[in-house]
Amino acid sequence: MWELILSFLAAAVSAFAGSLGMGGGGPLILYLTAALGMEQRRAQGINLVFFLPTALIALLLHRKNGLIDGKIALLCLPFGLVGIAGGIWLSRVLTSALLGKLFAGLLVLLAAKDLWGLWQEKKSGGSPSPKR
Amino acid sequence: MGMGKLLGMLREKKQVPLLGLACGFLNGLFGAGGGIAAVFFLKKLGLPVKKAHATSIAVILPLSIVSAALYLWEGAFALQDTLAYLPGALIGAYFGGKYMKKIPDRLLRLLFNGLILFSGIRMLFAR
Repeated sequence: MWELILSFLAAAVSAFAGSLGMGGGGPLILYLTAALGMEQRRAQGINLVFFLPTALIALLLHRKNGLIDGKIALLCLPFGLVGIAGGIWLSRVLTSALLGKLFAGLLVLLAAKDLWGLWQEKKSGGSPSPKR
Repeated sequence: MGMGKLLGMLREKKQVPLLGLACGFLNGLFGAGGGIAAVFFLKKLGLPVKKAHATSIAVILPLSIVSAALYLWEGAFALQDTLAYLPGALIGAYFGGKYMKKIPDRLLRLLFNGLILFSGIRMLFAR
């Protein structure tokens, strides 16, 4: 029961942050691996599906508001597929532990970069960053 | 749009192939992180912030479907694994969207990045 509540909360926090443009999908994977001890690729797979419903809704809303550059999105697709092939191949080659650490490392870098940006903004007199 | 114009766009905007490759690679490797790369490259392509964020979803969504299908196909996870998290996803996204303008951006970034930094570093040094 407690685990269900925590899972719900972890999902809600991750989606909340994601909808504000933060996190890069990280929080849920961190929760699944660090708190539940889940295997890295299983957590990643769950995260991929987890993203889909809210992304679809957001996409439809953004499209209605004319915010999507469809041409660029379409042009990226073939390259994206090649990238996926490379990414999946590497994810299979690495051990789960190493994959997890690489992912954690990426998140640490991104968080540190954003915190640094926050610090710079504060120093430069508090002009807020563009709203996400 | 004619093929010639499309190819012209590609030649000019070398970032497009890079964008696609980077997002796809992160998506396949980590199941996450592609969105951030997408926003980065889209801003470099000259898109305004809101459009960059919105278009990043258009880039990542189809890629995530493909990655998820491949992960499923090789048995990395099962669809039923995701059920516990979908209600939270919808609730979280709903409140994020609803309160987006009212939330103090910097405080949220501070708290959130702090949390990620702490958890991430712990994971890096875990056994």
